[in-house]
This record gives sequence, structure tokens and C-alpha cells, in this order.
Amino acid sequence: MDFSKDPRSDAFRAEVREFLADVITPEMEERVYRTGVSHDDDFNAALLERGWYAPGWPAEWGGDADLEPYQQDILDEEMARVDAPLISRGTTFAIAHMILRAGTEEMKQEILPKALRAEIIMVLGFSEPESGSDVASAQCRAVRDGDEWVINGQKMFTTNGHIADYVFLLTRTNPDVAKHKGLTMFLVPMKQPGVEAQGVFTLSGERTNITFYNDVRVDDRWRIGEVDHGWQVMTAALQDEHTASFGPRTARLVEECEAWAAETVDAAGRRKLDDPDVRTRLARAATEVEVSELVLGRAEWMNEQGRVPEAEGPMSKLYSSEALVRAAQDLHEMMGPDALRSFLSPGAPREGRVDHYLRYSLGTTIYAGTSEVQRNIVAQRGLGLPR
Amino acid sequence: MDLSTTTEQDQLVDAFSGLYRKHSTPEQVRAAEPLGFDPALWAQLGELGTTAMAVGEEHGGWGATLVDLALVAEQQGRFVAPAPVIETQVAARLLAAAASTSPSTSSAAASALAEVLAGDRMVTLALHPVAAGGRAGLVPAGAVADAAIVLVGDRLVLTPLGAEGTHARRTVENLGSMPLADVSIADDAVDLASGPAAVGLLDAALDDWLVLTAAALVGIGARALELGVEYVKERKAWGVPIGSFQAVAHPLADSATAVDGSRVLAYKAAWAAGEQPERAAELAAMAFAYAAESARDATYRSLHFHGGYGFMMEYDVQLLYRRARAWANVYAEPAAAYRRAADKRYGPVGGDR
Repeated sequence: MDFSKDPRSDAFRAEVREFLADVITPEMEERVYRTGVSHDDDFNAALLERGWYAPGWPAEWGGDADLEPYQQDILDEEMARVDAPLISRGTTFAIAHMILRAGTEEMKQEILPKALRAEIIMVLGFSEPESGSDVASAQCRAVRDGDEWVINGQKMFTTNGHIADYVFLLTRTNPDVAKHKGLTMFLVPMKQPGVEAQGVFTLSGERTNITFYNDVRVDDRWRIGEVDHGWQVMTAALQDEHTASFGPRTARLVEECEAWAAETVDAAGRRKLDDPDVRTRLARAATEVEVSELVLGRAEWMNEQGRVPEAEGPMSKLYSSEALVRAAQDLHEMMGPDALRSFLSPGAPREGRVDHYLRYSLGTTIYAGTSEVQRNIVAQRGLGLPR
Repeated sequence: MDLSTTTEQDQLVDAFSGLYRKHSTPEQVRAAEPLGFDPALWAQLGELGTTAMAVGEEHGGWGATLVDLALVAEQQGRFVAPAPVIETQVAARLLAAAASTSPSTSSAAASALAEVLAGDRMVTLALHPVAAGGRAGLVPAGAVADAAIVLVGDRLVLTPLGAEGTHARRTVENLGSMPLADVSIADDAVDLASGPAAVGLLDAALDDWLVLTAAALVGIGARALELGVEYVKERKAWGVPIGSFQAVAHPLADSATAVDGSRVLAYKAAWAAGEQPERAAELAAMAFAYAAESARDATYRSLHFHGGYGFMMEYDVQLLYRRARAWANVYAEPAAAYRRAADKRYGPVGGDR
């Protein structure tokens, strides 16, 4: 057993922090927060220039040089820690993975180089107004018309859909068979007539969209996978999503609250950090940060061993998101009335990050598979319980 | 991060789980109640070198790492073995540390350690310091040990434990069927260390105890989950296995996640004792607090999903339920352990961080 970090970790972390402090200016942070759009051209340009935009992707498609695993982990952690505007990159890469796995040669040629150089944004089109976790009951219709398909329907929570170039769209091509068997995936160009995105504003400040598809025509060459075999493509895509960890965000939250407790004195003149109740709450949250990191580390270790963390990946997503919700709630209460002061408002303690994380945490146990879906996976695949 | 175990560690785990599978069956665990001590099992454990392995080679032991001991402790928890392995290992390590740190009193520690390693004497420790003239309450293994190490004021003493009913020891019947006793400090107690060294020795021993108990609690939680999962797969209601109900499956999934998390944290804390000393004490307290909570919840859920059967003495889950609470609370509730973690992370209350 070995829990040591690479001896070069501290130096690389310092390098990443310096880079991020330089690139993510207070203005950029405020802009991202006020617009609620987790995408920023300047940020992506800086990552590209540094060679950190697409590390590890094949060079033939425009990927950047590989980072060592410890470097990749640190880069991901540090970017999450500062709330870097990464969602557009995240969804673009998830879809690029699918294309690499299941797309045609022509599609790879056309899409991958642009995706890996931050020239296009691709977004996910799975959820619908009437279906979220039960992804396979999607109703958005695609009907064949010669070499083309005609698409009609709606998608919900199409984050960055208003600025995207392509949507990875789950459609129903056969309504007469079992629901998993009549689905087909397309990469639909969004900048065309019939596609419309309408802003949906969330409690965390993040802007997402409902997107509408009215008689949208796509050539058959934009299909990914076989007709009516979209579910197989989807499940591979969802597998990628399930190992996410929110540990670095909880770590940042705890860090901010520790700093607050060290610099804040109560009415009796006692430092908050000397209050046993504050200490208990902080240490508990710090422990959950450890566990979040370790549960993720275990899933990654299994991957390195060539084992599929079928239940362990979902455990990481489940635990780290639930831990963030718990910590945000508890530390918000710990901070008292001042916790109400809004993120980035003058006079807010630690820039109001507790307010921010309280709001932000709510989405984490929902998107990329709700906690209930993750528990089903853990129960069925991890514990072998019947469906 | 690398979670793989060595071949030697696998053999160690096999040796202990093999022994417990034979000699710490639920029937034997029940037979050893209420005292919670099985002399035959203790003798078998002695033959395996259970105490000797915990002590460094320079002191005549086998020099196992805390990770090795944590692997053993997890088995101890799985089988809720009625033998005070953790306390005696930690006490032996404390004697070894005392033998090398306090020149004026080291010979007392060294001779006590020699007796322990020879199997002639069982020595345990009190987890909490007592005021001068006070009595150590709920000393783990205090009901069966020959002597206990107690921090009295700023003196670390080794006090002999006499026959039951003498002034020195009174056995305490308890929730976990642990061999606990309230212990008075005998007049012929010998000093092992004094002053800050004494306080430091007990504090370091407590770190070891917290890590190993965390690992034992992981074993308890994991075993309780297995029993619960087996049961809900078999038991039917309304024609289907109750494990197919999300109201049953989801809490078990949460506990599986928490117990897995507590296992990795316990091993990280054990690893840190050797490899990351600056965080070892903090991680030990965190591991204990988190394992205590996880085992508490896992045993409760497992018992509850057994329905009325879980409440029956005849079913094994109650053995785990009671020990998950007792093995932890003999030190403190989880919140107190979190505060200990805070002391190690931020310095004591009133410090400058």
C-alpha cells in the first residue's frame, strides 16, 4: 500500500496555481459567474497555449502532449478548485470520446481536430422535459427521409446549448419496440434553422438551456453508431461520466471556512477556530474531503490495474457529491447570518463562497446520474441486489 | 495511490482469518459472553505471535508495520473475536517506546515488555488519563489483563491488576461484552515515564489504538453489510426479495460506500504512521471517527432490514451492532474524535493557527 504523492507534485501544483491565478482574473471569474456560462474563450486559449487543453489525446487528432497521471490529477483538481469555466470543454471531450470510439472516419476528420483545439463546442442532448434519469424513454423523434433525418422534439438542460456548434442528440427512431431498442444517436449541427436554445436559469447561477428541434434536417453521415442502437453508444458515454469527483470543490469550501474561522472573532472575543463546535464541523468536513479523494483514488487505482470500477466509480460520484451537499449545508449553518451574504458581494466573508457552494452543491447530486441512480448501480452491481 | 497488499500481508490476513473462522465462530463469541474473553482463543493468538508482531525487532518483536496490524485488526472486527488483540499490541508498542525514551525508568518498561513477549503477562492500557488519586474507568481488557498502563497526572505507570473484587479492579458488564474494568492505581505501580514524555507516550499510543480500532470497525461494518445483503436477497415480501425495494437497497448502498471509504481512510492513516508523520495523528483521529460512524450506521441498517429477526439474540447481526458502538465509545463519541483531529490539524484551542 502506498498513499504517497509523486515527489514532483508540490512543484507542479505550484506551477498550475500560478498559471490559474494569472489566467482566471477576478474579472473573468465575475464574468463567468454573472453570465452563468461555464465557457470562456480566453481561458481555453490560455490552456491551449500552455499545452494543457487536450493532454493525452492522440497527436494525430491535435491532442496535446501527455501529462503524467499525477500531473493530470493535479491539473483537474486545481481547475475544479477555482471553478474554472470547464463545462464546455468537459462535454466537448466526452462527445469526442464517443466519436473516437463509435464515429465514422469522416466524422473524426471533421470534428476531432477542431474539438481538441477549442474551435468548436459540443453539448449533451440526453435529458428531456419528461425524462431525466430514465434516459432511455426519450421522445425526441428522428424520421428518415432519404439520406437525411428529420428531427422534432425538445431537450432539457442543454448546458451551453446557446453557444454550441453541435449537440450529441439522443433520438427515438423506432417507437414500436422496447424503449431501449428504438434509439439512435446523432451529432447535430446546431447553427441551422429549426434549432433554438432558450435560457434556463438555475439556483447556482449556472445558465443552462432548453433546446427545441423543429423539422431539423441532418444528413445520415452525422449518425453515431447503428440505427436503433443508440443505447449502446449512450451507456458507454454514461460510463465515462460516472467516475466524477467533487472532492476538490469540497476541499476549497473547507479551506475557505478554515480561513474564515481563523480570522473571525465572536462577540465574546473568542476566535471561531477555538470554538469546539466549529472545530468539530470543520474536522468532519475535512474528513469527508479525505474520503472523497480516497474513494476516487481507489476507482482510479482499479482502472490502472485493468479492473473496471463498475460500482466503485459510481461510489465516487455518489459520495463526493453527497459530501459536498452535506459540507455546504453544515458550514453555511456554522457561519451564521454572515453566510447569507451573496457570492462576490462586498463584505461577504471569504467572497461569499459558502453561499456559492451551497447553491452549487445542489446540482452535483443530480446531473451525471442522480444519487438515486448511483445507489441503484452500487446496490445492483456492487452488492448484487436484485432489480 | 496503490492499494495492493504484499504476499506477506495476504498470508498474515489468511492466518488470522483462518484462525478466527475456526475459533471465533458466532457460537464461540456468544459462549465467551458476557466477559468477552476466550482464553483458548487467546492462547492460539499467542502462538501466532500476535503481540510480538506489533513490537519492533530491536525490542525482540517482529517489527510489523501499522498497516500490517490494521489488516489483522480488520479481521478481528469481522469475527468480533473475543480477545484483546488491539489493546495488548498497542500496550506492547508503548512499553517498547517507553523502554527507549525515558532513561531513568526504561528498565521497568523493558522488563515488562520482556514478560509480555514471553507470554507471561498480559498488559493493556487505559485510553484516558486520570487525575492523581483517581481511578481509570472502563479500561479495555482491564478485566482480564495482568497489568494496565495508566497516565496518572503526568506519570505514566504500570499498575498490576489483582484478583476480581480486590481494590484494584472491578469488572464492568457492558453493551459490547468487552472485558472492561474500572481500575484503581495500586501502591506498587511502577513508573514508566513522567512529565511531557509520559503524556507524549500515551498520546502516541492512542494514535495507534485509534487507527487499529478504526480498522476493526471497518471489519464490523463490512461483515454487518454482508449479513444484511444476504438477508435481503433471500427474504421476500409481497412476492419479491426485499432487497429489490429502493427503501432497502439505497441505505445499504450508502453504507457500502461509507464502509469502503472508511477502509481506505484507515489504511491511509496506518500508512501515514510510517510514511507521513506530520499528518499521522490527524488521520488516525479522522479514520476512527469516520469508521465509528460508518460501522454504527451499517450495523443499524443491517439489523433493521432483518426485521424482527435482527432484534433477536439468535441472529448474529446483534453481535456486530453492539460491538460497533462499544469498541468505539470506550474511547469517545465520533464528535470528540473529530475534535481530536482538529487539535492535530489546527493545533490546540487558543493556538496561533
